[in-house]
Amino acid sequence: MKKKLITLHEFSERIPSGATLLIGGFLGDGTPDLLIDEILKTDKGGFTVIANDTAFPDQGIGKLISQKRVKKAIVSHIGTNPETQKQMIEGSLIVELIPQGTLAERIRAGGFGLGGILTPTGIGTIVENGKPKLHIDGKEYLVESAIKADFALLKAKKADFYGNLTFAYTARNFNTFMAFAANCTIAEIDELVPIGGLNPEEVVVPHAVVDCLIRGNRS
Amino acid sequence: MIAEDKAKGYIARRVAKEFKDGDVVNLGIGIPTLVANCLPPGIQIFLHSENGLLGMGPIPPEGYEHPNIRNAGSSSVSFLPGGAIFDSAVSFGLIRGGHLDATVLGALEVDEKGHLANWMVPGKMIPGMGGAMDLVTGAKRVIVAMTHVNKNGSPKIVKTCLLPLTSIRKVDLIVTEYAVFRVEDTGLVLIEYSEESSVEEIKGLTAAHFDIDPRLKTIER
Repeated sequence: MKKKLITLHEFSERIPSGATLLIGGFLGDGTPDLLIDEILKTDKGGFTVIANDTAFPDQGIGKLISQKRVKKAIVSHIGTNPETQKQMIEGSLIVELIPQGTLAERIRAGGFGLGGILTPTGIGTIVENGKPKLHIDGKEYLVESAIKADFALLKAKKADFYGNLTFAYTARNFNTFMAFAANCTIAEIDELVPIGGLNPEEVVVPHAVVDCLIRGNRS
Repeated sequence: MIAEDKAKGYIARRVAKEFKDGDVVNLGIGIPTLVANCLPPGIQIFLHSENGLLGMGPIPPEGYEHPNIRNAGSSSVSFLPGGAIFDSAVSFGLIRGGHLDATVLGALEVDEKGHLANWMVPGKMIPGMGGAMDLVTGAKRVIVAMTHVNKNGSPKIVKTCLLPLTSIRKVDLIVTEYAVFRVEDTGLVLIEYSEESSVEEIKGLTAAHFDIDPRLKTIER
């Protein structure tokens, strides 16, 4: 059986510059802060980050932005991070804004083996520019392609050694379906329990999509 | 003119009368958030937040904030008994799938057809649309809660939105401190006006054509 528990150092060695990273969290809630801090200890950068938002300049994904490690951010919202907006206006950071529900569903599609989704969101707005449209049962939909990435960096509450995951309240957000959509899924966990230590009913993400576990501060 | 602090309370209290007991509602940031504190007695609604909760409760007392119980604006909130947690895909399934009875949002502009622009000012303010496009596209009712004019005193209800639209789906109701408009296929219909004002004054503060409901009445304060 493959051992999934790795150290922070082993983690950062696996992440190459220029990688595409799915990062969980909603304004920092549910973002793997230890993993981000570990990346920042290296000189790696040029990442494409796909996440709900870029949080705040000194928090979560915002730290990657502030230290100029990100070349492209694919997100739904940057309103809480003036640094993201500044770098976007300067031209040093490419920002692609996607409606939040469309972003979530494109990532879910990527992880669930689908080529994309059909959504009414964005029809008749600048979001539809350049995208194919389909009429189904008299209603118009945008065709939005699936999103996949090299790595998914997640924050979970509990895991067993197999990698089954549970989540703390609203820290769940994008972490669940992002786990499916990457070549390598890495979860920072607050608590490690023995195999059999999780009630199957409380498992939210099954171990089959989790490649590596890293124990957080509270483990 | 109605002072801004007074205006916000007026708007929130009027919007709060729109709900039925048991409605599932998403409230946006700003004036819409105030609506939760203005519900008439006997009306309980279930508050939804985009980041993945239904049955959201008030801000907890100081010292009782949980770091992982937050709303879509990153504020600490609480759960009411019967509350539920889910991921963002399920959260937007509720939104886009038509399972929200109403969403209440602010606006930068609304036009005389009922189109809403509330997510960017090209070259000036580009926060991103977040969940707004999905909310306006998917909720059963879309209610705009906003001050009648912007900070410069210019009308926010305009003939045609110049700012990028949030959705081609028209809003259902516009509530300001001066007026309540219903949006019909023919355009805006003034159904209520502030007793501190007059239809003439509202016409002067509105850069769009509107019809007047024959049952026009004053807003109950």
